[in-house]
Amino acid sequence: MATLARDSHGTREASTGHDAGRGSFRVTSSHLIYFSSTSENTRRFVDKLGRDASRIPLLPTEVPLLATEPYVLILPTYGGTGGHGSVPKQVIKFLNVEQNRSLIRGVIGAGNTNFGDNYCMAGDIIAVKCHVPHLYRFELMGTPDDVRRVNEGLDTFWTRLSQNRN
Amino acid sequence: MSAEKVKLLGHVEAINWNRIQDDKDVEVWNRLVNNFWLPEKVPLSNDVQSWHTLTPAEQQLTMRVFTGLTLLDTIQGTVGAVSLIPDALTPHEEAVYTNIAFMESVHAKSYSSIFSTLCSTKEIDDAFRWSLENEHLQKKAQIVMDYYQGEDPLKRKVASTLLESFLFYSGFYLPMFWSSHAKLTNTADLIRLIIRDEAVHGYYIGYKFQKGLELVSEEKRQEIKDYTFELLFELYENEVAYTHSLYDSVGLSEDVKKFLHYNANKALMNLGYEAMFPSSVTDVNPAILSALSPNADENHDFFSGSGSSYVIGKAVNTEDEDWDF
Repeated sequence: MATLARDSHGTREASTGHDAGRGSFRVTSSHLIYFSSTSENTRRFVDKLGRDASRIPLLPTEVPLLATEPYVLILPTYGGTGGHGSVPKQVIKFLNVEQNRSLIRGVIGAGNTNFGDNYCMAGDIIAVKCHVPHLYRFELMGTPDDVRRVNEGLDTFWTRLSQNRN
Repeated sequence: MSAEKVKLLGHVEAINWNRIQDDKDVEVWNRLVNNFWLPEKVPLSNDVQSWHTLTPAEQQLTMRVFTGLTLLDTIQGTVGAVSLIPDALTPHEEAVYTNIAFMESVHAKSYSSIFSTLCSTKEIDDAFRWSLENEHLQKKAQIVMDYYQGEDPLKRKVASTLLESFLFYSGFYLPMFWSSHAKLTNTADLIRLIIRDEAVHGYYIGYKFQKGLELVSEEKRQEIKDYTFELLFELYENEVAYTHSLYDSVGLSEDVKKFLHYNANKALMNLGYEAMFPSSVTDVNPAILSALSPNADENHDFFSGSGSSYVIGKAVNTEDEDWDF
């Protein structure tokens, strides 16, 4: 059985005994999961949303995250060239876990229009790869309008998803 | 300006790229190297025909805008990025600034490539003379130069980020405008490369500014924040005057100002501050936005669209090597 410990973010530490190859996970039931580099831009946007959210670990030494509920992923693109290396390796590692991949329902991209074709490209790549909609794009840490639109959009999105399920 | 005011690093140790204090230095270095380009790679001569469809007044405006941008790139390459080196927190940060300085010199040179392809020597000389005589352009240069030669490292980074992320945009507007009218499209491709570089520069200098802020007192942080907004207002007022002096003749000033507001917000965000201009004055002409980035308009967003049906997430086999599309 998994041993669980709650942390301040509503997530739990779990040792998954049946999956020794992957070691232990930090289990989350958040409906919002995000990646943010040390620039903290995406984290600031997520903070402004005021929703329960879990962060994909930055360092390879940190305990990896395991989603247990359907979620929307928010992640930045730093302006890669032609898509190569657009998706941060930490996010690839997270989505390579089958359970995480199966629970993603949508993606929100952060970026900068200065990057032209590559604006929010990591979101485009994940949307195609995981067959989920690219719900919204915003720049840097987002404006107050972005925060309002994403909060309203997420409310509508989750309502519609739950109705479609019934 | 007196050259002796620009500080030089007093002490140097051999840089060890195998001992990294801040991963952001490596990430940005790699990004800048991957983004490297030269104006010779852009087929500017394909714009010669298009150039001759512009009226003489439109040609003159374009050349003036580009000499204005040349001046900013020259400052940033020769003084701005270099002035940040003595304040660097890591040796790798110093190296990144040398990359930024060099690229700014490439940018400055690329405007001359555009000129030599499209214009006569006399027209070029006239435009450079104009850049010396336009009071708003000279004032903008002077304000920034003063801060680069000042004593406060954080203020230098603020000035530098505002230059990279705000002051260029009264100029960048015009090639995006021409591009949206299918004019000077190769020139626009070159300018987009510059715009991409400035985004990385503004992001990185803004990031280092925030790292620096973490090391000072709450009182100092407040002082710097007040200073940032004061400087932005001072520069903004001047940008508005500069914009009118350039664009009134073609009736584009109001459109350009929206672009200024939009980019001022992004400059503030690069420094870690909240956007200041409300959305009622940042509604950039969609044609300009899409000239900048083809998927920037909100029709690309599911939330903003007409409620197209969602596709439920399906598990697909995903391995690391699959992610480089």
